[in-house]
Amino acid sequence: MPYLKKSPWLIHYDGSSCNGCDIEVLACLTPVYDVERFGVVNTGNPKHADLFLLTGAINEQNAPVVRNIYEQMPDPKVVIAVGICATSGGIFRECYNILGGVDKVLPVDVYVSGCAARPEAIIDGVVKALSILEEKRAAMKAARRAARKAPAAAVEGRNP
Amino acid sequence: MILLNASEWTRVATGILYVLLAPLFGGLLAGVDRRITARMQGRKGPPILQPFYDVLKLLEKRRVSVNKLQNFFIVLFLVFLVFTGTLFFSGGDLLLFIFAFTLAAIFFISAAYAANSPYSSIGAERELLQMMAYEPMVLLTAVGFYMANGSFKVSDLVVAPRPAILLIPMIFLGFCYVLTFKFRKSPFDLSTSHHGHQEIVKGITTEFSGASLAWIEIAHWYESTFLIALIALFFVWSNPLSIALGIGVALLVYFLEILVDNTFARVKWQLAIRSAWIVAGVFGFLNLLALTLMRGGK
Amino acid sequence: MDPVYFLLLFPLLPAVLLLLVRNDKVRTATVWASALIVAAGSVWMAIRYYSNDFALFDSHENVGTAMMVLKTLFAVAVVVYAVRRRRWWIVGLVVLQEAASLWFELAPGHQVDVPLNLYVDKLSLTMVLIVGVIGSLIVLYSVGYMRNYHKQHAEIKDRRPMFYFVVFVFLSAMFGLVTSNNLQWMYFFWEVTTLCSFLLIGYTGTEEAKRNSERALGMNLLGGLGFVGAILYTGLTMHSVDLRHILQMGLSGWDIMIPVMLLAFAGMVKSAQLPFSSWLLGAMVAPTPTSALLHSSTMVKAGVFLLLRLAPVLSGKPAGTMVILVGGITFLVGSIVSITHSDAKKVLAYSTVANLGLVVACAGVGTSEAVWAGFLLMIFHAVAKSLMFLSVGTIEHNLHSRDIEDMHGLLSKMPMMAILITIGIAGMFLAPFGMLISKWAAMKAFIDSNNVFIVLLLVFGSSATLFFWTKWLGKIVAVLNHIEPVDKNFTVEEIVSLVIHAGMTSLMCILFPVVSKFLIEPYLFYVFGPAATGNIISQGNITVMTLMLGMVVVIPAALYLFMHGRKEKIVPAYMAGANTDDNRFFVDAHQDPKRMFLTNWYMQDFFKPELLLKISGVVCTLVMLTVVAMTLGGMLA
Repeated sequence: MPYLKKSPWLIHYDGSSCNGCDIEVLACLTPVYDVERFGVVNTGNPKHADLFLLTGAINEQNAPVVRNIYEQMPDPKVVIAVGICATSGGIFRECYNILGGVDKVLPVDVYVSGCAARPEAIIDGVVKALSILEEKRAAMKAARRAARKAPAAAVEGRNP
Repeated sequence: MILLNASEWTRVATGILYVLLAPLFGGLLAGVDRRITARMQGRKGPPILQPFYDVLKLLEKRRVSVNKLQNFFIVLFLVFLVFTGTLFFSGGDLLLFIFAFTLAAIFFISAAYAANSPYSSIGAERELLQMMAYEPMVLLTAVGFYMANGSFKVSDLVVAPRPAILLIPMIFLGFCYVLTFKFRKSPFDLSTSHHGHQEIVKGITTEFSGASLAWIEIAHWYESTFLIALIALFFVWSNPLSIALGIGVALLVYFLEILVDNTFARVKWQLAIRSAWIVAGVFGFLNLLALTLMRGGK
Repeated sequence: MDPVYFLLLFPLLPAVLLLLVRNDKVRTATVWASALIVAAGSVWMAIRYYSNDFALFDSHENVGTAMMVLKTLFAVAVVVYAVRRRRWWIVGLVVLQEAASLWFELAPGHQVDVPLNLYVDKLSLTMVLIVGVIGSLIVLYSVGYMRNYHKQHAEIKDRRPMFYFVVFVFLSAMFGLVTSNNLQWMYFFWEVTTLCSFLLIGYTGTEEAKRNSERALGMNLLGGLGFVGAILYTGLTMHSVDLRHILQMGLSGWDIMIPVMLLAFAGMVKSAQLPFSSWLLGAMVAPTPTSALLHSSTMVKAGVFLLLRLAPVLSGKPAGTMVILVGGITFLVGSIVSITHSDAKKVLAYSTVANLGLVVACAGVGTSEAVWAGFLLMIFHAVAKSLMFLSVGTIEHNLHSRDIEDMHGLLSKMPMMAILITIGIAGMFLAPFGMLISKWAAMKAFIDSNNVFIVLLLVFGSSATLFFWTKWLGKIVAVLNHIEPVDKNFTVEEIVSLVIHAGMTSLMCILFPVVSKFLIEPYLFYVFGPAATGNIISQGNITVMTLMLGMVVVIPAALYLFMHGRKEKIVPAYMAGANTDDNRFFVDAHQDPKRMFLTNWYMQDFFKPELLLKISGVVCTLVMLTVVAMTLGGMLA
């Protein structure tokens, strides 16, 4: 069922952003943009979240944190890199402790461009992410169904 | 098979209706709540059916937990909460209803403790504190009903000769005060931080995800349904039309709770417990004292 | 031989035997056998005297003389001890008491004829069952416990022969106390239990133990003084020390307020009501079986037993108001103070004080509903609290701590003990279990007797109760992923005793209507006549509660079967992404692993327990003094 698309809950993580994108992410929740219209809730808790929204570049210190948060999110889940720093490291790319964009540590599903990313662009990115989320759910369901049949197949395979 | 008479059949029927319809009512109430909240904040807000979408989504997610025991307690929480509401709607004893409610809440708290996580533990501790804060007033409410209309049984109270509110208005006010705890609204939403407040992440529900979180949501729908009914009970007497009056007032009270939620910041736990105890002590006690004096006068 | 005499005399046999025996095997066998015999004896007595409404006994003149001689010997021994320790207030109390009671017995007491020295009704039978069954189980437990205790505490001198001697003498004295009708006899047994308590609190021989035992002795002697006062008053003015006779005279219009007040005072001191509750807290230095046997399940019940006896004459009188207020305040304050402690035995001690306060308040209200509630509360509390104490004892031996914080993750560390203690905790405050039923009945009784103020104390007190029990429960159910191995020092005796306790705690909640029908209601009928109300909890509610109990048992079992095999992705707890490999550590600001630990809330700054105890102690004292002044003033006017 397509309920995932109707109720995307997100967790927002600030890597080493200048806070420009963070302000814009929060702006999406304000009366002007009001993403709650689409059921979006900013949970702040990986265990409740479907979307992992990152701003800023990944550095040595936050890489394990980002991985840990991603690990704690229940499937299906998607990762959105918001802003140029999260996409590639941006102007911080050459810094001594910067690893680069989010895709250095996580499989990113959607990149949102901009410095800072505009709220419209962020909302657009979230909407894109929703269809990917839906695909992942379908794939997960298919995999589960296959897994249910698989043991039987394995047994047959062993006893020709 | 036990033979039941007509009134007992009605009680069984309302009980069953509650089990079937309460999630619908509670879910809609939550949806309306979110919509009204959004409007109060100058936003458009989600669709009315949003809480249902949320729960259905949660059921689609993969199971993730810290340990199995926590989910075990959550199922018990849901079962006993439904049982609690059924007790009320089938005309059971108010005190027993409160005790069953406490039992259910303790399963919820145990679930959060079982997760052994910093945020859910602090949520559990705060939830427990909230229970300690509101429990006296809730018990005094039951006592008030008993002293006003001579019975703890809901089935007797709904056919009382006069509405209880006439005799226990102060208890009603005190009860409305602690309802803010029960509905998990600001300024007393210490244990679960709703909306954007995230200083303890999601408090007591932090470690629950997917289906477990869905059970918690559904349990809250059952809970708000019987709380609404409990408010209505103050205004119900033998006239069947009074039920509509009661529900109307209850919804008005709920609206005021939303207003309070949106106008107050969360308070510290010290103030929460102190104020709730003072309200219970003053409003509850004075009202009961008055009833005793009236009783003595007769 | 009559079961009453048997129960009175038999425990003295193992007492002497165990004083002489040093071999552990012989000792174990003796205790097993004697515990079984005492338990069987109490059941035998219950059956034997069940059908008679009451039974009366005459006895030989010499028994009274023997008691007098023994009592004097005890007094001399205590005086010698107190002089050596320079505890002059104890010397004063003993001398005063002994002089008064000796004078009474030698001079005017001879004219007072008591035809009925012993008297058994359903209340006595219930107490006999509590002492016989719970007492034996605790004694049985103590065999295993004390063995481990001395293994772990090599520095403490092994005085087990003395321990068992005192314990069995105590059992005998308790049987005597609850079956006495002659106030002088009751007073004798009363003082013997005080002495036993004193000896057992001082068991370890440390300075703290000695000090606490002296405090317990001193306070209980003060209570005993009240007892002597009551005997003197009734003996001199009414020419009777027959409790039943005195109560009947009180009901038929005699003014017996002064002796009743004195007896109530003695009872309140014995059951550690404010401002005298500190002795019970100090008593927690004793080995756990002592705390369970004397200081929660039986001896302190002697106080409420006496008050329940007095209930009909307390009802509606100033003395009754005094008892209600003191009991109610003690319940509230005891419950709140329990929140602020993390030492398991302290929490149990305060909760004992609180629950006894509730029974005391019920006795003070004195209507048949209130007595029903108090009676039931007394039974439930004896069973559930004993289970709690003994569980804590065994856990302490395995975790080497009795701090509740150290019980974190008990379910992972010691699953069996965790389940037992969970049953105990649930039994203390949760819905389908016993204590809650009696609290419920107590509340109804308070409302029906128009005691609104005490209703208020009750609702606040039970909310506090809810808090401290649940946070303890939370500590136990926390699941630890990596378990540090825990020694499993369970002896057979401990397990047998604990499991029977847990079984009784659970069964009582189905069986309480039976207890009510066969023990409490006949007693109420006898005391209050046909107007006595029976079981306050309606049949419909009992059905619902039985259903709940069924659900509490069946649903978890079904869920366990259902969820056991299910695959779930297990992830670490949320620690803001700063987890290390498991839930034990997180990464701190220096990138070093730091151990994560969770503690409960104690809120000492909020509740200010010392101040609260002080204030409420003063309030209770004032209440007592006011009522005494009122009564004396009324007499003079």
